[in-house]
Amino acid sequence: MRSVLRSSWPPLLVLAVVVGGWQLYVTAAGVDPTMLPSPARVVEQGWASRADLWAQTVPTLQETLLGFALSFTAAWLVAVLLDFSAAARRGLYPLLVASQTVPIVAVAPLLIIWFGFGLLPKMLVVTLTTFFPLAANLAAGFAATDREAMRLLRSLGAGRLRTFRLVRVPSAMPYFFAGLRVSITYAVVGAVFAEYAGAEAGLGIYMQAQKSAFRTDLVFAAVGVTAALSIALFGAACLLQRLVLPWERAQREERS
Amino acid sequence: MSSLLIEGVGKSFGSLEVLRDLELVVEPGEFAAVIGPSGSGKSTLFNLVSGLDRPTSGRVLVEGEPAGVASGKVAYMPQKDLLFPWRTVLDNTALGLEAQGVRRKEARARADALFADFGLDGFQKAYPSQLSGGMRQRAALLRTVVLGRPVLLLDEPFGALDSLTRTEMQLWLAQMWQRHRWTVLLVTHDIREAVLLADTVHVLSPRPATVVARVQVPPDRSRGVEDFTAPGFAATERRVLEALRGTPAVRAGVGEG
Repeated sequence: MRSVLRSSWPPLLVLAVVVGGWQLYVTAAGVDPTMLPSPARVVEQGWASRADLWAQTVPTLQETLLGFALSFTAAWLVAVLLDFSAAARRGLYPLLVASQTVPIVAVAPLLIIWFGFGLLPKMLVVTLTTFFPLAANLAAGFAATDREAMRLLRSLGAGRLRTFRLVRVPSAMPYFFAGLRVSITYAVVGAVFAEYAGAEAGLGIYMQAQKSAFRTDLVFAAVGVTAALSIALFGAACLLQRLVLPWERAQREERS
Repeated sequence: MSSLLIEGVGKSFGSLEVLRDLELVVEPGEFAAVIGPSGSGKSTLFNLVSGLDRPTSGRVLVEGEPAGVASGKVAYMPQKDLLFPWRTVLDNTALGLEAQGVRRKEARARADALFADFGLDGFQKAYPSQLSGGMRQRAALLRTVVLGRPVLLLDEPFGALDSLTRTEMQLWLAQMWQRHRWTVLLVTHDIREAVLLADTVHVLSPRPATVVARVQVPPDRSRGVEDFTAPGFAATERRVLEALRGTPAVRAGVGEG
């Protein structure tokens, strides 16, 4: 806990300086709040619209979590398939890499056309943005298993499944969590973006509506909520890592 | 019946001949050491005995049966301790049993029973990163011994330790062996280690490797620290060294270490 505090004060200080400078500039120069609202105004107006903001946050969070769950499941299935089958590795992996060059900007409206304005296209956009870092890290983690360890297990007569469970899965965990931390921060942005392309509710469509109404302050407030969601999910991923991999802490303490 | 019988074994990888007409016998309760210049095919020999690989010619019999992974007769301790950082020490020592399909609870109970004997009591719940190098090796040996297999195969078990810890571990293993009389095949680069621990030291030639000398270590000794300074010990060390130096690679000065 103390280390969390120690590592979070420098970025908080930088943030305070930036926000303070912004506030000073807007007040001193008398900027039109529809152009650039002051941070104080963003907080004040955001708070005033808190019920509205919360109502829009719930669908976004739902899309994020469901889409991420889908992504998580698909990533495990694909990574395990890639690990077990050399043919799948040769046939699928290059395509997976190539798929990352497809701009989601172009795909998201198509998904709306195909699947409507409901939950599914948003889940799919979240899945598309988060799947690759998850699957690629997991597959790399499986592949990075110590070869000597594999040999030892084989000499003990362990079959492929048991070796996978006893060695490959646990040794892939640090890689997997690295991918999880990266992709979970993309997830919220993916959901917001999908809503931008067309939705009935959510932070994305809310931002768009407020922008059209020149309520720049509420756009910023929604951005703030989006950032807070991302940071909370990132924190949850870190916490999960500590729970699942208690040995990492033992190792770090030994080194320091 | 011999615990381990290696008869006329040859092994080639493509055009590379690694072992040629290798003969080696280990009797039950015997501690045998194999020493040879680097690149002389010791790890190939290991793979054959542990059943991970098959000889090109000849036979490898463990208790009369062809060596194979499935026969479950050889327990192998690799050079690296290969303790998994994500498992506690107890779970690591139970790993071998789990890999064989023993239920986790029983595997842990069987490993736990040996902790005191291996000087690891109280460290069951520690993680490997919290152990010293010597303790890690003791845990790795426990993981090997708890399998209860008739032949132990030790691949330079103390090679990665610093010199002081290594000496300590060698003396410890000598004491453990005297209590348990396991059947051991030890591969090492360390002449002193071979002479301290083994009953017979088999000296390999450079590639293609074959046994060029078998040095019997006189049995009248304590297998303790006083051995190191005994005249008989030095004489045996010298015989092993001469057998090694008789091999061309060492004469040319490339084979030490």
